[in-house]
Amino acid sequence: MALALQTFATVKDANAALKAQGTRYLGGGTLVVRAANEGDVSVSGLVTSTEPSLSTIAVAGDKVRIGASVTMATIAGHPELGTLAKAARAVGGPAIRNMATVGGNLFAPAPYGDFAVALLALDATVSTDSGETPIETFLANRDGSRAVVTSVNFTLPKADSFRFLKVSRVKPKGVSVLSIAAVLQQAPDGTVSAARIALGCMADRPMRARAAEKALIGRSLTKDGIAPALAAASDGTWPITDPIASAWYRNEVLPVHLGRLLLA
Amino acid sequence: MAKVPVQFTLNGSEKAEFVDSGTTLLNALRDKVGDTSPKGGCHQGTCGACSVIIDGELRLSCLTLAETCDGAVISTTSGLSENGVLHPLQRAFLDTFATQCGFCTPGMIMAAKVLLDHTPNPSRDEVVEALSGNICRCTGYEPIIQAVLTAARANSQNAA
Repeated sequence: MALALQTFATVKDANAALKAQGTRYLGGGTLVVRAANEGDVSVSGLVTSTEPSLSTIAVAGDKVRIGASVTMATIAGHPELGTLAKAARAVGGPAIRNMATVGGNLFAPAPYGDFAVALLALDATVSTDSGETPIETFLANRDGSRAVVTSVNFTLPKADSFRFLKVSRVKPKGVSVLSIAAVLQQAPDGTVSAARIALGCMADRPMRARAAEKALIGRSLTKDGIAPALAAASDGTWPITDPIASAWYRNEVLPVHLGRLLLA
Repeated sequence: MAKVPVQFTLNGSEKAEFVDSGTTLLNALRDKVGDTSPKGGCHQGTCGACSVIIDGELRLSCLTLAETCDGAVISTTSGLSENGVLHPLQRAFLDTFATQCGFCTPGMIMAAKVLLDHTPNPSRDEVVEALSGNICRCTGYEPIIQAVLTAARANSQNAA
């Protein structure tokens, strides 16, 4: 199936072209070309932009800006983003990682979008030409999003405070049963002083485990300390059922894997 | 629909074609250029049978639009042998019975070639990782892993 592709030098012009009905933005192609190949007739035209800022990574101190067209392979190999390499490598096989972009990952429906789970835990913001949006708000409204995402921005966590886990049945590459990302801050006595936990595949898009986060505050990262958080892990989840796992199974195993992540 | 011109280097030869806008590289290679070594398996980015090397990187030609490859250097399995002599990876796949139906083989070989281009002596884990985006329903993978390790050993012996 052939689709007309329009390439623009600026995001501004791409945004204008995206106003036409049936047009979709082409990043790495792993979502939108896949949809077209599958026979998604709602896609009638493709728009892309070659603006250089879309493909750059800027790290200034602990502030990071990743252009929306940056691929998972680039993130995984970036010397200053080693903390996030595991999350970037969790996406697909080598060919997919050479193509899949950080901007596209924000739109990947469950069971995909593992890197967006990490970005949610990092409390990232998502930039368009209209400004910055907190990632949680962006994800909630992504189905109606018509503006080209230009970058994601976040504060780089200390290496030992960021944790990421992807569970899949096929090793080393497989579609997620679920994924979990967490940013944990600990007081000098070892108790948790702040926690952001994001879950993949536990809803149709990445979600926060707010009840588990709350239950972790003031607790130590021991088997007994994390027990209330594990008990609350499935609060508010609405997992997908797909050929990889049922919603029931995902809810059953979530506390097990969250426990492993917290005790690691 | 208007045709768009595309020029690229395929296995060392200059190619110039007019394609419908939105045509995938896989379809352009197979239907326009006549290189049928990349296979159309899932067209979803899942099976890896369409894997080709574009500007030194492994890509899925089923999810890549041909017009985005203007000016690119593309390698496929059909360009690996030289003067009738098989590439060490092709030889190893034959010698270790790493191919049965053969449908996944071109994609497997291109994934393995990228690995060996960057990592001439890979570990078994590195081979498994490199092939993790390619599905084989015949072999159970073990002969394929052994083929890549065999090719790596052959390369290092030739270099020594």
